[in-house]
Amino acid sequence: MNGNHTLRNSILWGLGFALMVAALCMVFVYVPTEKHTGIIQRIFYFHVPVAWVSFLAFFITFLSSILYLWKREIKWDAIACASVEVGVIFTTLVLITGPIWAKPVWGIWWTWDARLTTSLVLWLIYIAYLLVRSFATEPARAARYSAVIGIVGFIDVPIVFITVNLWRTQHPTAIIFEGGLTPPMLMTLLVCIAAFTVLYILLVIQSAGLKTMEADIKRLRSMKAE
Amino acid sequence: MNKTFTKIFAIFWKDMLTELRTKEIIVSVLVFALLVLVIFGFTFGAGLEVTEMVAPGILWVALTFGGVIGLNRIFAVEKENSRLEGLMLCPVDRAVIYWGKLAGSFTFMLAVAFVITPIFLALFNLPIFLPRLALIIILATLGFAAVGTLFSALAVNTRARDIMLPVLFLPVVVPVIVSAVKATGPVLAGGPWGDMLTWLQILIAFDIIYLVVATLVFEFVVEE
Repeated sequence: MNGNHTLRNSILWGLGFALMVAALCMVFVYVPTEKHTGIIQRIFYFHVPVAWVSFLAFFITFLSSILYLWKREIKWDAIACASVEVGVIFTTLVLITGPIWAKPVWGIWWTWDARLTTSLVLWLIYIAYLLVRSFATEPARAARYSAVIGIVGFIDVPIVFITVNLWRTQHPTAIIFEGGLTPPMLMTLLVCIAAFTVLYILLVIQSAGLKTMEADIKRLRSMKAE
Repeated sequence: MNKTFTKIFAIFWKDMLTELRTKEIIVSVLVFALLVLVIFGFTFGAGLEVTEMVAPGILWVALTFGGVIGLNRIFAVEKENSRLEGLMLCPVDRAVIYWGKLAGSFTFMLAVAFVITPIFLALFNLPIFLPRLALIIILATLGFAAVGTLFSALAVNTRARDIMLPVLFLPVVVPVIVSAVKATGPVLAGGPWGDMLTWLQILIAFDIIYLVVATLVFEFVVEE
């Protein structure tokens, strides 16, 4: 790590911390309680940003996977894999916070709706990604295989969404874009999205840096052994 | 162009000859898929009142799981006696190898489906002659083969390869399974073409997208 990186990281940590504190204050103090669904609606400010970050994470994996297969730089593989790890954790959070909201509002934990089902299928695809990585016989192979799954899996997302949408759907659709949110709610949501996006960037930088170092150590060890 | 086709056919014919002599893949998959049908027959009781609701699902579970077993073998047989290295040494483009293997897996899966489906229709007392069902089976099997051939080549080089293929393959083919089941429903009930048209469009789109993507990325899976 050189000086530039350290400075960038300190700024990101500071920004992330400030945004997180602001997001918490806004969600629990500033924003008014929603009229129809009550206090439970506040989980929305956690659920939506986390869902956004998980899609962003898998999109970054898709791009890094293409770049890895093209340039063959270990950096891109590290970013792709770090992004999947964060993405899977965030998708897990989406799948946990969703039912907590759905039970009091819809009266059910789960429904085979387009967004829910797409998230579940995504989660399964990227768990397979991590499994293949850990079951591959050598690091170079693991990188190539996971890049292929990162590309093939991401292309599946719109197809799964369209298919399941035709199959059945129930999710509260895009209230955000129809002006159903009051300005304070929209403000809170945007701050939360910013906070979680910065958190994602920080986690990926840390994890990718760690993976690059691990690869370096492995390479040095094998050089020493020869 | 013509030469490419000859090369693809050569790889396909090699697989066909091996299969005709050993009958390893088709017979084992056939028996497995038949067992899935029979087990479902027991679990659902195969009463007339439930048949209409669950029959499409039973058929596609049998064909999907049978398909996974077959696809696993497609590259597993190449792993024995280092035949995969031999195949890679062929002076052809990697995409040609993909299409050759794809033609093989597509044919095997289709052969199994065309034996299993009439048995399924007879077991559940449904009309036997359904040309529209054949169309659905061809399109869905092509989608299975396009994704499955790619992942089979990938899974064969991992530890625990027998479990890696289904874990990778099943979530990606969810759109194929949903569309095939939804399109089979109206066919079994004798409904109009309009009810299944959307699902056929999704199947065709899936097939085209994955044939193109898999052709592009296959070389990265087999490069050593």
